[in-house]
Amino acid sequence: MLAAKNISKKFSGVTALSNINLELHPGRVNAIIGENGAGKSTLMKIFSGVYTQYEGEIIYNGKQVKFSNSKEAELAGIAIIHQELNLVPYLSISENIFLGREITNALGILDKKQMNKKTKLLLSRLNLPIDPDTKIAALKVGQQQLVEIARVLYSNASVIIMDEPTSAISDKEVDNLFSIIRHLRSEGKIIVYISHKLKELFAIADRYVVLRDGNTIDAGDMHAITQDELIRKMTGRNMGIEKREANSGQSEELLSVKKVCLKHPVVSTKNILSDISFTLHKGEILGLYGLMGAGRTELMETIFGLHPKRASGEVAVNKKLRKINSPVNAIDAGIGLVPEDRKLQGLILGQTVRSNISVTILQKLQQWGLMLNSRKEKELTGNYISKLGIKTSSGANAARNLSGGNQQKIVLAKWLATNPQILLLDEPTRGIDINAKTEIYKLVRSLAAEGMGIIMVSSELPEILAVSDRVLVMCEGELTANMPIDKVSEAEILKYAIAKNN
Amino acid sequence: MKQSISSYSKNFGRFQSLVALLVLCIVLSLLTDKFFTAANGLNVLRQVAVNICIATGMTLIVLTAGIDLSVGSVLALCGAITAGLLKNGIQLPSADLFIGFTVLGAALAAVIIGSFLGWFNGFVITSFKVPPFVTTLAMLTIARGFTMLYTGGHPISNLGESFGYIGAGSLAGIPVPVWIAAIVVLLALFITKKTKLGRYIYAIGGNETAAKLSGIRINRVKMTVYSIGAALAAIGGVIVTSRLDSAQPNAGISYELDAIAAVVIGGTSLNGGKGSVWGTVIGAVIIGVLNNGLVLLNVSPFWQQVVKGGVILLAVIIDKVGEKKE
Repeated sequence: MLAAKNISKKFSGVTALSNINLELHPGRVNAIIGENGAGKSTLMKIFSGVYTQYEGEIIYNGKQVKFSNSKEAELAGIAIIHQELNLVPYLSISENIFLGREITNALGILDKKQMNKKTKLLLSRLNLPIDPDTKIAALKVGQQQLVEIARVLYSNASVIIMDEPTSAISDKEVDNLFSIIRHLRSEGKIIVYISHKLKELFAIADRYVVLRDGNTIDAGDMHAITQDELIRKMTGRNMGIEKREANSGQSEELLSVKKVCLKHPVVSTKNILSDISFTLHKGEILGLYGLMGAGRTELMETIFGLHPKRASGEVAVNKKLRKINSPVNAIDAGIGLVPEDRKLQGLILGQTVRSNISVTILQKLQQWGLMLNSRKEKELTGNYISKLGIKTSSGANAARNLSGGNQQKIVLAKWLATNPQILLLDEPTRGIDINAKTEIYKLVRSLAAEGMGIIMVSSELPEILAVSDRVLVMCEGELTANMPIDKVSEAEILKYAIAKNN
Repeated sequence: MKQSISSYSKNFGRFQSLVALLVLCIVLSLLTDKFFTAANGLNVLRQVAVNICIATGMTLIVLTAGIDLSVGSVLALCGAITAGLLKNGIQLPSADLFIGFTVLGAALAAVIIGSFLGWFNGFVITSFKVPPFVTTLAMLTIARGFTMLYTGGHPISNLGESFGYIGAGSLAGIPVPVWIAAIVVLLALFITKKTKLGRYIYAIGGNETAAKLSGIRINRVKMTVYSIGAALAAIGGVIVTSRLDSAQPNAGISYELDAIAAVVIGGTSLNGGKGSVWGTVIGAVIIGVLNNGLVLLNVSPFWQQVVKGGVILLAVIIDKVGEKKE
């Protein structure tokens, strides 16, 4: 058994964990639940030896243990699989599994045969019948995750910590993952499962521990608690997302997408998008749902002009046909795109909050056609910081210092500053805690109420149901459903996302 | 009193190099009394003026996460063209055509040609996605080749007194090249701190994907900075040619290394997005002061190379250690 006894940790005066007491049982899937900032990753990093300065004790198999580095924790049998996988893309499955512990023969030369043989065995345990020489880059995310698990299995870990394991895999792969987890559970391992997705936890977890603001709030049997109760414990209040009354008003057409196709970058006969057609009206929120690989992000990128050479079809804004061949064209047409990955695509982390917000509207801040008016910039960005409630000590703070939710607000601010007619949001609440999520929903609704047309891509059905007027479902590059939100159920939406032939 | 981290780190790079420069000056003044004189000071400035021009352009390029290895060759080619146009003009005996060039005309023509070469670098880099290192390496060789062709391998000399004023003359006691460098630096400071273009340069270096998605015309900005860089190299060529009263076919060799050294010592990151023109100026002056000091102390000139390389390493190591502390 692995237990935490009165564990506390501070980071330069800020308390991250305060007297954490919990027990993780063998032969069980232990869910650690909590909002962003609750302390889950900090605690896991203490267990896995990444953080070595803390107060309190770790009790492992009846004895107190203290790790001075992560290698020691690994040798003791505690392994952690991070959300961002730590694999080398251009090395093979076998090379990754044996990275750092290669098998060599008597002469010191790599024994590839042995390593491949062992790899094959490990992979078969995981229902992954793939050639061990396959490069990681050629595998799907779900398969890569299984390779990480294989790595962990090879080291005979007895504690396996999984951080948001299903954030990037399809439902079928989730099923496979769960059956593997159940198998590991029956072998007596301690499984620690961290996830936001309560529905999943009810499917796989046996026990739960709720953390909030660095404290242990509650622990118990998963079967003995309901979803609403869990949410209440997580947030300290009742938080339901009220279903939206559909805006069924017939208003003017803002955006019309006709027969948009996008060719595959490598295989020119394949299509990533096939004949996508739909319309967006003033004040309307379209929820775009689909599984990973359905083509939702690619559709947003195509409308925004990022794939001019491979795309075909017509896009009309305000009933006028527009040639959108670059983001510059899209912005001119009144379209804005809040991209999927805010750190890689939405923000310049090293620059200030102010510069990040103003980057899209520098023309407006010019005087005498050349010089930037910094007073105007401060004013304008200051307005957005307060309007959106961006928590920052000042506009001159570096963007990388803000929390995920506030970083997302910066990206939103920079697009709102362009006064778009049409706003494309790609997974706007990914990796954000429930409070910030609700704020963003409120914001999206108020923007639509002011007449903006919004397309929101989301992988979370409750979110789609709560915010959209109409839902569009995509499956493998095709639009499989386009319906008003009050005419469709969660189950039906899921059905359209999974199978094309209906 | 609480300074935000980002502005602190922007200042840090410059601050530590400024401190280094001051320490260096103090040490040298203690070691020899020939250092801390007005005449010597102006001497150092005149010697670093050309590097400051080139390194300023290099700063803009490096800020976009690019590099330009061809500046030395562009300097030579444009210097040669200036000399050639000044001395011989453009002659087409078959068409009975002769165009003479004034000093200003020849210099302007050279700068225009330099800009075109830079633009060409930018064009190849953005249209064909050839890495800047490779593109400018090719241009380094090509431009040097053109210089050899144009000069026939011989210097072009005796360019006249009015032309000589640029490189050897003084205005109000300060050498003309220093004035030129000062103007270049002021313009570059204006661009980087006060204009849209400056913001775009930092944005592209900071996160090119985010910059593109924000509607910045990446290709246009890149072609602009490479043009500016080469134009400044051309100005350097005019100054060098004027000072020697001769365009040498092997002028400017390894000048790109001195420019990059100044940029790096001044705290600009080769990964782009971080750094400043001021830092580069300080970096260039540090190199100049070091070289000057070694000469005044009668140290073998060959030591200059060793010391310069050592300072580059020291500067970057200190930068990295400083980054870790953050």
